[in-house]
Amino acid sequence: MPVPTLPLESAKAATGGPSQHAIVFNDVAIAFEDNVVLDGVSFRLDHGETKAVFGVAGAGKSTILKLALGLIKPDRGQIIVLGEDVTQMKEEDLFELRRRVGIVFQESALFDSLTVRDNVAFRLMEEGEVSEDEIERRVREALSFVELERTVDMLPSELSGGMRRRVAIARAIVTHPEVLLYDSPTGGLDPVTSTTIIELIVKQRDVYKTSSLLVSHRLQDAFIMATHCFDRTTNKMQPLPPGAHGEVPMTFLVLRDGKVIFDGDAHELVQSKDEYIREYIS
Amino acid sequence: MELTSPSEFAKEKVQAIQDYALLSSRSLANLFRPPLYLGDMFQQADLIGVGSLPIVVLTGFFTGAVLALNTAETLGRFGSLTLIGQLVSISMVRELGPVLTGLMVAGRNASGMASELGSMIVTEQIDAMRALGTDPTKKLVIPRIAATVFMLFFLTIISDLLGLVGGNAVSTLLLGLDSHQYWTSAWQILVFRDVFTGLMKPVVFGLIISTIGCYYGMSARGGTQGVGRATTQAVVAASVLILVMDFFLTKLLIVLLGYR
Repeated sequence: MPVPTLPLESAKAATGGPSQHAIVFNDVAIAFEDNVVLDGVSFRLDHGETKAVFGVAGAGKSTILKLALGLIKPDRGQIIVLGEDVTQMKEEDLFELRRRVGIVFQESALFDSLTVRDNVAFRLMEEGEVSEDEIERRVREALSFVELERTVDMLPSELSGGMRRRVAIARAIVTHPEVLLYDSPTGGLDPVTSTTIIELIVKQRDVYKTSSLLVSHRLQDAFIMATHCFDRTTNKMQPLPPGAHGEVPMTFLVLRDGKVIFDGDAHELVQSKDEYIREYIS
Repeated sequence: MELTSPSEFAKEKVQAIQDYALLSSRSLANLFRPPLYLGDMFQQADLIGVGSLPIVVLTGFFTGAVLALNTAETLGRFGSLTLIGQLVSISMVRELGPVLTGLMVAGRNASGMASELGSMIVTEQIDAMRALGTDPTKKLVIPRIAATVFMLFFLTIISDLLGLVGGNAVSTLLLGLDSHQYWTSAWQILVFRDVFTGLMKPVVFGLIISTIGCYYGMSARGGTQGVGRATTQAVVAASVLILVMDFFLTKLLIVLLGYR
């Protein structure tokens, strides 16, 4: 059965005016040997928007994040991140751009020989222009955001899976990046820890309003994000009144067989007549 | 077991050589380009240099001792036992010191580099480093290359000296030769080209050990099994390359320095 894709016109419209968007993918394709992972993917992430990317395992969700950071190059297409065409940039030039983007890897990817403090401070220490006191203050601030201040001198191997994921979030946000990429932040975690991580992502979204691209295979995580907001007074995630929208726009993107088959908000997703999407969200 | 076609096999090998050449040339080109990770260089120098000191000391000492022991009978037959200092000195400085030190450091450090970097690759730590805006070549590869070349140079000198001490111990304690005579003949036989040859080799061997170790580590694939494979391959490749390069380097230096 041929896979329905977004019409060309809507894809073009989606990629118009790249510089005003945080991330733009335009007709991006990539294959690993004979396995086509992405085939003509186009979408955009506006400044301040949070977009959740869904698809089954192997649909190319994590590949999208690696492409956005220039960690791998596409076979075809254009990727604009914060106004820079990452497909045309050399590795040396990409390091500067990557400093403006934060990423939380699927398995946290913390440096296992460094303490939590050094992991979180890594980017600040690499910049070399931040004083020791300032580094300490910002590390404490980031760890306090994820409520893990007490782990500052511990090694990643001494932390639980959920704690490692929270340290990875602290490492990603410590420099207040303009864009945040989350690669299955709740993957492999129990429901309680997953909710804690989602609460942190909602907190980050509503407090700092950073543009975010979140990859997941757990639809319920994104629905929680779409239907909740962070209440600063109670320091907790609160459900939004029925029909209400949060301050930060939240959209969904569904991938199937390397193509985008849905790009819209939660309401449109629920209303979708597409059989595959209906099955996916049921 | 899956069979690979000869053309695929050849392509893989050419690709591997190309990747190795790219990593090495990129690392050497960026050796003095900022940011310089001096802290990482000192840390690696400590791990590679100070860490390898016990095995280098032992290897050097006993190689010199056994050399004296083995050649004593032959030299004695010609009434030239007093030349034992010369023989140990030339053998250690020109050949055995650099090669054995290189092999010892390859066994200890090429494997260490391959396993450390390989583990970082399979746990996405290298990707994380790139994503955090840090060049892994500058942060991880260059400090290892600089530290290995620098420390192997001095480890070789220590190994040479300990080899001479070992030869002296055998000559005086077991063969009853005069220690002063031993040191005088060992010292006097050495000329510039011998020392130059002996000190050129660790520079090249250091480059081989570090670039091979880093290359196999950075190209590790397939989880923990892949890391184990990379580690083994790094030691084998570095050891074989040291022995092969030793021959060509010796021949080249003989031609350049004009000695037989």
